[in-house]
Amino acid sequence: MTDPSTAASGAAVTTAADDFVTAAEHAEAKPGKPRSLASDAWHDLRRRPLFVISGAMIVLVIVMAVAPGLFTSVDPTYADLSRSRVGPSAQAWFGYDNQGADVFARTIYGARASIIVGVAATILTVLIGGTLGLLAGFYGGWIDGLMSRVADVFFGLPFVLGAIVILTSLGGGGNSATEIMFLVVLSISLLSWPVCMRIMRSAAITAKQQDYVKAARALGAGAPRIILRHMLPNAIAPVLVYATIALGAFIGAEATLSFLGLGLRAPVVSWGVMIADSRDIIRVAPHTLLFPAAFLTATVLAFVMLGDAVREALDPKMR
Amino acid sequence: MPTNTAQSTVDSEGAGPDPAAPLLEVDDLYVEFRTRDGVAKVLNGVSYRVEAGETLAVLGESGSGKSVTAQTVMGILDMPPGHITGGAIRFHGENLLAATDRRRREVRGSGIAMIFQDALSALNPVFTVGFQIEEQLRIRRGMSRKDARKRAVELLDLVKIPNAKGRVRQYPHEFSGGMRQRAMIAMSLALDPEMLIADEPTTALDVTVQAQIMDLLKEIQVERNMGLILITHDLGVVAEVADRIAVMYAGRIVEQSDARSLYRKPGHPYTLALLDSLPRLDLKGAELNTIKGLPPSLLNVPPGCPFHPRCPRVEDVCKTDVPPQHRLMPGRLSACHFAEELIAGD
Amino acid sequence: MGRYVLRRLLQLIPVFIGTTFLIYWLVWSLPGDEFSGKCGDRPCPDSYINLMKEKFNLDDPLIVQYGKYMLNLLQGDFGETFRGIEVGDLIAEAYPNTIRLALVALAIEALIGLTAGILTGLRGRGFLDNLTLVSTLFLISLPVFVTGFVLQIVLGFELGWIKTTVSASPAPWEQLIVPGFVLGSLSMAYVTRLTRTSIAENKRADYVRTAVAKGLPQRRVVGVHLLRNSAIPVVTFLGTDLGNLMGGAIVTEGIFNIKGIGNLVYRGILGKEGLVVTGVVTLLVMVYLLSNLLVDMLYAVLDPRIRYD
Repeated sequence: MTDPSTAASGAAVTTAADDFVTAAEHAEAKPGKPRSLASDAWHDLRRRPLFVISGAMIVLVIVMAVAPGLFTSVDPTYADLSRSRVGPSAQAWFGYDNQGADVFARTIYGARASIIVGVAATILTVLIGGTLGLLAGFYGGWIDGLMSRVADVFFGLPFVLGAIVILTSLGGGGNSATEIMFLVVLSISLLSWPVCMRIMRSAAITAKQQDYVKAARALGAGAPRIILRHMLPNAIAPVLVYATIALGAFIGAEATLSFLGLGLRAPVVSWGVMIADSRDIIRVAPHTLLFPAAFLTATVLAFVMLGDAVREALDPKMR
Repeated sequence: MPTNTAQSTVDSEGAGPDPAAPLLEVDDLYVEFRTRDGVAKVLNGVSYRVEAGETLAVLGESGSGKSVTAQTVMGILDMPPGHITGGAIRFHGENLLAATDRRRREVRGSGIAMIFQDALSALNPVFTVGFQIEEQLRIRRGMSRKDARKRAVELLDLVKIPNAKGRVRQYPHEFSGGMRQRAMIAMSLALDPEMLIADEPTTALDVTVQAQIMDLLKEIQVERNMGLILITHDLGVVAEVADRIAVMYAGRIVEQSDARSLYRKPGHPYTLALLDSLPRLDLKGAELNTIKGLPPSLLNVPPGCPFHPRCPRVEDVCKTDVPPQHRLMPGRLSACHFAEELIAGD
Repeated sequence: MGRYVLRRLLQLIPVFIGTTFLIYWLVWSLPGDEFSGKCGDRPCPDSYINLMKEKFNLDDPLIVQYGKYMLNLLQGDFGETFRGIEVGDLIAEAYPNTIRLALVALAIEALIGLTAGILTGLRGRGFLDNLTLVSTLFLISLPVFVTGFVLQIVLGFELGWIKTTVSASPAPWEQLIVPGFVLGSLSMAYVTRLTRTSIAENKRADYVRTAVAKGLPQRRVVGVHLLRNSAIPVVTFLGTDLGNLMGGAIVTEGIFNIKGIGNLVYRGILGKEGLVVTGVVTLLVMVYLLSNLLVDMLYAVLDPRIRYD
């Protein structure tokens, strides 16, 4: 008989981290205290480069939105036509736009509008979709049927087309910047809540069928208590993942609407407005498109990556 | 092995089939899983042999390495994370671990075939049962569609599936659990293998169906003079069908014996504990014995005898020294320091 | 199956009515003078207004207006614009371009997405996998109009490889390749990821192991057993995506000046041509709902375990 230690030395005994695949044969309980899913996920998240990078990018963008003065002392609305379309230089890293305003300053200040629209639209979407989804999942029956059909109605509308119709119909010309921002948020949320509702509904139905929820009902717990204490915590994870990715998508949607001339417009500074402004001078001054588009893409990317990382951390199967 | 060369532990001797050699011989097999959490030594020197017409039952808890051994024999081990670090698998004396991929593929199905525990997931859900039997005949034997279909019906008849002609056109989910396992057996027999490995073939089934499937397997094995490896965690299942039994624990064979001797007098405390944990008719009403503790993590196998933390007869030597294989009598091995005393005792 | 289709069709009716009514209401009943700018700088003469109100049933309650509109629509009459052009003709002119664009986009996303997904799914972790993951993330994050702009500038203006606008109608197929790529780029990323996940999951499935244990050649294990099963979610995604691509074509059509329905509806909105907008949206909703139904039926064909009754 060969000694095990010499047998093992015949091959390279290197532990390749990326070779990891769960094999049923050695699914042993790991030593240490059992942790809750949330703290487990958090522990797992901090070790993922995807999470760390996207988190850092998001923090940076949020700081830009809250305190743009930290990054630039230039007034983003000050324009001097004599320097119109001048390319990047030491004075203005990103160059000047058609009106001769500093592109770097405008890009920094543009973060605020994009973040506000993204966050507000996400909150509204999750509130509408989440509430309806919970109710539909909890009550079932005709309430579920009715709500699901209403969701189908909104879901059937093509997104860009629907948003255009809503914006042109509700926004009759001379609205203020705040009103337009509100309308953009409203139209994004109106067209997006069905997705959130479906996610919440199926999560709630799954939670409802758990034995401990049945037990709670049998013990006479009221509907609000069951929904808030038992179903919501279990349904929150998939909605959280959706919300993170949606936040990125909504920032992109805001830019798309601005680009079509229907969303935010000057004097509001936003990335979408900047990209729309660059449209006609793109060939002579590509930097006016490049920089806001790069910031926009990076921000959306950060949220999508964050959502990916959170999903993988929350899904025990992916480990 | 006397001819073992020093430079490599995976020996490559024995190029061609040898008619005098045993049908299947697993020789000192070492397998480990390299995972993010460390290296799990899944097989640590496993050896057994099976002759034509013989049934070997491989017994052990989940994680003992019984299925990994079978998968390594078939060449269907997931690599990575699995790595074969030593040993040989000889089929008619030919070392399969040193064979080409092409040769290994030839052996699969026609030399050694395998049936799996859960026929529902082991059969492809989107193809008919007939298609899955016929495809081997068409691809490997070059049969026409028509001939293959005819043969598939014959095979389903052979495993006693009623209305085989109609059943070939059905999908796996349309079969009941027992019928599905029969179809799986029919599929494994399509290329007339000399050796069949059954990995927990009855675990997913009802008790009454279990007995029918075991009877069927035994019948087919005798009829065709096949070698049969029966992997199970249930001593009760194998009592009637096994000629020889190998008991595995933590990637080692701790006892190997003919079935009758093993039942009469276990040569290892683990086998004894397994037998004691079986419900017995003659001790009705008595409390069932259980084995205290859990099988060790393969990432961190205890030093000495891997069973010592759970062993009722543990002594100091068990905590430090890995017990060697004691040859108790011809064909009977035990990896316990006190094997002779166990056999000799009351 | 027949009964299932019938039930689904019946379920579609309220959704269809709901969606089209929602659009009709948004377009017609909201504040704003639909006649402003219709007659040059002067306000329109009363006679014209009365004529038009008569023509579009504007004095009826909204629900009646909608009912009359739908009845006409069911007979294939999309109505006329304020200038008296048949909306049906406009749609018939524009629709083939959008269908072509959507088909090109679908073909491109299927071709590239499936190839990349299968390759990375089979190979597993490594450089190619990481490259694909990063580029799909990037594609998902890149707004369509940025992709469109950049490709138009680089390939069109700078390199001169493509025509920057596709103004011909019907649009020639070869000119739609780059716009189709732009339109399909987001879905392409999803197809890649979906295929990759699906293959990676099924790769370790028991039935794949069985196929190997049967001694089948690797080609057949992958080509028949693995791909056939992994294709189910991908094919269903591609099916539903055709409707989405048509509805989402508006930005791409705008950038490349393709005379499709996106373009038509955009001009309709700016020109307050309510019937053009409602007509196109109705058509798109119908396509969307029916393609969803078709996909569900396709699903049952692809996966014998699914039974509708």
